[in-house]
Amino acid sequence: MSAPSPDTILRTEGITKRFGAVVALRGVDMHLERGEVLGLVGDNGAGKSTFVKILCGFQPPDDGRIFVEGRQVHFHSVKDARAVGIETVYQDLALVPQLTVYENLFLNRELTSLGRVGVLSRRRMRHLAEQYLDNIKVHMPDLNAEVESLSGGQRQAVAVARATRLNAKILLLDEPLAAMGAKESALIMDLVKDLARQGVSMIVIDHNYAHLFALCDRLNVIQQGKITVDTRVADTSVEELTELMVSSFRRQLEAGQKALEEG
Amino acid sequence: MAQAAVSPDSPALPLTAGRGFTPASVLKFLVQRRETPVVVVTVLAIIYFGLRTSAIFEVANIIATTQYMGPILVIGAGEVLMLVLAEIDLSAGQVYLTAPWFVYWFWHAGVPVGFAIVISLLLCATIGLTNGLITVLLGVPSLIVTLGMQFLLYGVVLVVSSYTQEEIPGSGTFATIFGAGAWADLLWGSGIVVAIWFLLKHTRFGLHVTATGGNTLAAAEAGIRVARVKVWCFMIIATASGFIGILDLIRFESMDPGDYGLNIVLGPIVAAVIGGTALTGGRATVVGTFVGALFLAVVEDGLNLIGMSANDFYLFEGIIILGLMILNVQLRRVAFRYRR
Repeated sequence: MSAPSPDTILRTEGITKRFGAVVALRGVDMHLERGEVLGLVGDNGAGKSTFVKILCGFQPPDDGRIFVEGRQVHFHSVKDARAVGIETVYQDLALVPQLTVYENLFLNRELTSLGRVGVLSRRRMRHLAEQYLDNIKVHMPDLNAEVESLSGGQRQAVAVARATRLNAKILLLDEPLAAMGAKESALIMDLVKDLARQGVSMIVIDHNYAHLFALCDRLNVIQQGKITVDTRVADTSVEELTELMVSSFRRQLEAGQKALEEG
Repeated sequence: MAQAAVSPDSPALPLTAGRGFTPASVLKFLVQRRETPVVVVTVLAIIYFGLRTSAIFEVANIIATTQYMGPILVIGAGEVLMLVLAEIDLSAGQVYLTAPWFVYWFWHAGVPVGFAIVISLLLCATIGLTNGLITVLLGVPSLIVTLGMQFLLYGVVLVVSSYTQEEIPGSGTFATIFGAGAWADLLWGSGIVVAIWFLLKHTRFGLHVTATGGNTLAAAEAGIRVARVKVWCFMIIATASGFIGILDLIRFESMDPGDYGLNIVLGPIVAAVIGGTALTGGRATVVGTFVGALFLAVVEDGLNLIGMSANDFYLFEGIIILGLMILNVQLRRVAFRYRR
């Protein structure tokens, strides 16, 4: 396993979570480097989503510690996580379909004039939105277009752009390429790579190995509440990972059968 | 009317698209505007009734029509705020009827009339506040909350008035400005509608209203206080409805406790919906509501002028509303295909 370096932006130590008698996480040690894209792999129920919910502040761990840029943090809410720069991006949940691209980018951070009356400065918002999207190399055909009229990939790009514009340093992306065509996927992959180059770190959760191999620098496999494999994408292959998951599944199945027989 | 329908944030103004006017671009623009159907049928209705009888263009008739339009315009604009939020206020008509009673009761108790109006408007705002708080805090659907409020206010008027009609002495400059003047209804009504249009389309608050109605979860996630936004809108519609009610009191100079709010509120809701505002939230057009109110007024007036009986009138109005809504919905489908 690769060791954490001074450039580590996010690190967890011994994260544990129980739900009644079920142990969802049993001591997860993970680290994420600045500008790195880390993929989380694991079967349903392996603890992936529980781990992500803890990282974004949605629920607290029973045990273990989280460090952001070397300093220990305690999250009591999603707001706390956001305050230190951790943001979860959901493609559809985060956007208002009836508002335009730039209105969504500036939602609740609108630029206004006339003080308390709050008259929208549309031209300024549009201009800054254009500049920002140019910066992160997202090309929108029309900033005046309602988000509803955009494709899935474009929506995902707007959601990601909004998070990073608000100074998110660590993005948690849940199946960012789900239900997207080749062209759409390319749009998001380019965006992820560009953002990583600009120092944004990302954790990608996805069931699809092809997606993960296309997006990520490094992969962590979570099995039964623990990280069992930590490998650079360059050092492994889809076949190897599939075999690994299948064989562990087979082992579990055999162990289960044995337990039944010994009953 | 077609000019008024062009707001600065139009999604696809042919001019700004830099292609100039081609038949295709104009058609596309018209199909995409939510107000197009209502504007077209309103123009057709004016032409039709104009050909049948020239009386429709007489000044006295136009004044009568605009006075009929006043409450539809104002309550309709308020309902637009409600419908954007995917809420509805069925009590607005009864608030419109009850506010004059508030004024009358205070005035009768010796409060100067200007002061009585202010207190009454504050009471209307409190009614809106109550509607809003019950809806957002206790989770009762606004349809039911405001229906309850409608009955409650109706009951209050019946009980306190002991079911007697009252006459209000109205004269002087004050009365002329507030309702009795020939154009007062249209001017005040238009003023309030323009104010609500500006609020919705050009202010931060309006954007938050649209966001709350379009995707409440996303709005809340972005830090917008969605419950507060909703409560404010309930207060705005109640206050605006009460205000136009007081204007009409000064014009009519008498009140009947038997007048029933539900008969009044449905017109404005129809105006908003045939104007292109969706019942599902997030999409609204105050301009369309304005034209919708004009359409209802023209049809009612026109059918009257050509001597249609009251029974036939309802028949026609029903058919017209159904037809227009079918046209609206079908045109939305075409517009959706155009966008891609």
